[in-house]
Amino acid sequence: MNAFGRGRMLLSVIFGLVLTVFPLPAWLDVLRPAFVVLVVLYWSVNAPRLGGIALGFFSGFALDVFQGPVLGQHALALSLVAYIAVREAQRIRTKPALQQALVVFGALAVYEFAVFAIDGWSGHPVTSPLRWVHTVTGALIWPPVAAILGYRSRARI
Amino acid sequence: MAAFGTAAGRPLQGRDGAAGFRFTVYAALAVVIMYLDQRQHYLERLRYVLQAAAYPVQLAVNSPPAAWSSIRRSFEGRDQLQAENASLKARQRDLELRSMRYEDLARENAELRGLRAALPPVADRWLPAEIVNVQLSSLRQRLLIDRGAVNGVFKGQAVLDDRGLIGQTTNVGPWSAEVILITDPEHGTPVRIERTGLRTIAVGAGDATSLALPYLPANADIKQGDLLVTSGLGGVFPHGYPVARVTEVHREAVQPLAQVRAAPLAHIGTDSEVVLVWFRPDHPAAPAPQAASVNGVKVGNAALQPQAAPPRPTAAPAPAMPKPAPEAARTPPRTGPAPRPKPATEPAPEAEATSPAEGPPPAVESPESKPRDPAEPQPETQPPKGNR
Repeated sequence: MNAFGRGRMLLSVIFGLVLTVFPLPAWLDVLRPAFVVLVVLYWSVNAPRLGGIALGFFSGFALDVFQGPVLGQHALALSLVAYIAVREAQRIRTKPALQQALVVFGALAVYEFAVFAIDGWSGHPVTSPLRWVHTVTGALIWPPVAAILGYRSRARI
Repeated sequence: MAAFGTAAGRPLQGRDGAAGFRFTVYAALAVVIMYLDQRQHYLERLRYVLQAAAYPVQLAVNSPPAAWSSIRRSFEGRDQLQAENASLKARQRDLELRSMRYEDLARENAELRGLRAALPPVADRWLPAEIVNVQLSSLRQRLLIDRGAVNGVFKGQAVLDDRGLIGQTTNVGPWSAEVILITDPEHGTPVRIERTGLRTIAVGAGDATSLALPYLPANADIKQGDLLVTSGLGGVFPHGYPVARVTEVHREAVQPLAQVRAAPLAHIGTDSEVVLVWFRPDHPAAPAPQAASVNGVKVGNAALQPQAAPPRPTAAPAPAMPKPAPEAARTPPRTGPAPRPKPATEPAPEAEATSPAEGPPPAVESPESKPRDPAEPQPETQPPKGNR
């Protein structure tokens, strides 16, 4: 069961990464949700022991390799998000999907703020308000993402 | 959280503590990595490896769009191809006509400048590269191209397309390189207004179709339609390559600075191929050769030091590039001491990579140092403010 869960987890992170890197036209790119964050959130909430903060860190690091101006930026932001999600897992899990989406919106905002702050500290201040758009689309797309990730496995993990 | 802990019982509390500990460890690790990468540049090696590891994934991710476009191309109609062929032929004829007199003009120019021989073109070698992946968001405007260190690509190399400047390489892996576009909000391109010779910096605005010129005073002589070319300052781009055309100029009485926008000439959003260029380091029009590998810090310091005052003013202004050479050619009778030795030695082929870097560049640098230094260190550092 653990191995199964792990495989699923890894696969979903890789898939999220691919979706993040996949080239899109600029206007769509603004709307693109942070899939990796959603995946990490899902696993942190639903399988806090399996994934959790390590998952956040390493998938964040992978994200850095593809599009981080500084190595470690997304790793830190995602560990933070994973940590919060793991702590609050019990509460979040029991909520209906719509309220979960609200929580996810908050988590995405925390994530984006962390990335934004690190951007500022490391001398890459980009203040376009468009960077916050994905928090909304991410929250909107959360219910289907959660449904897909939890397909037939919720009971077991 | 406390409430959560009590409600859920002890095991959870234990896990809570473990989570906090683990988070601290990972956060510390991430901070250390960031510090090493950003401040110390210790991780160049690691970056190189990671770039290599990431490349297959990027290739794979890009394969569906690439396949789609190649399918579409293969179904292009015969007459469409013929039309394209005809237009290409016409264009080639145009270019040939235009370059027909090039050599003659170059010789004439050399004579006028008092050079002994006509200069070869500043571009030494070209390498076309295919675009593998594109990031054109408002935050990052980057390309991934399929050439890397194996092909001799280095960090801070100029990238062009057939119309103008596109950007420069930032992270170079063995088989791939990341290109930061001139439209990236973190990129500043040292430019010159061709009509007036006024120098400034063009900063990316975060979309593929515009650049901002945020540092021009309200009374600057600039108008719509002006061509911006590279100024040769900054150590990356050579002198005189087309960059953008001014599209709008706003002057408000209360604003000390004019608000100017320009549209890049390169077809940044639609290119599928770009060209990497190597420049002759000893050419007068070459970028002031501060070796890209030398970390920005050292160069910056050198530029700030006001050591060799006299040679500077002559060599400094952008068009200066041609000057060192003429001086070398014509001065022998006049004076021997300070300025000459430099131009004379630097062209010498020897240590072009590093040593010339020390010699001439500070000279070119210093007068400009204030506006320039933001732009000159590689893409990492950018002009004071991100975008407009």
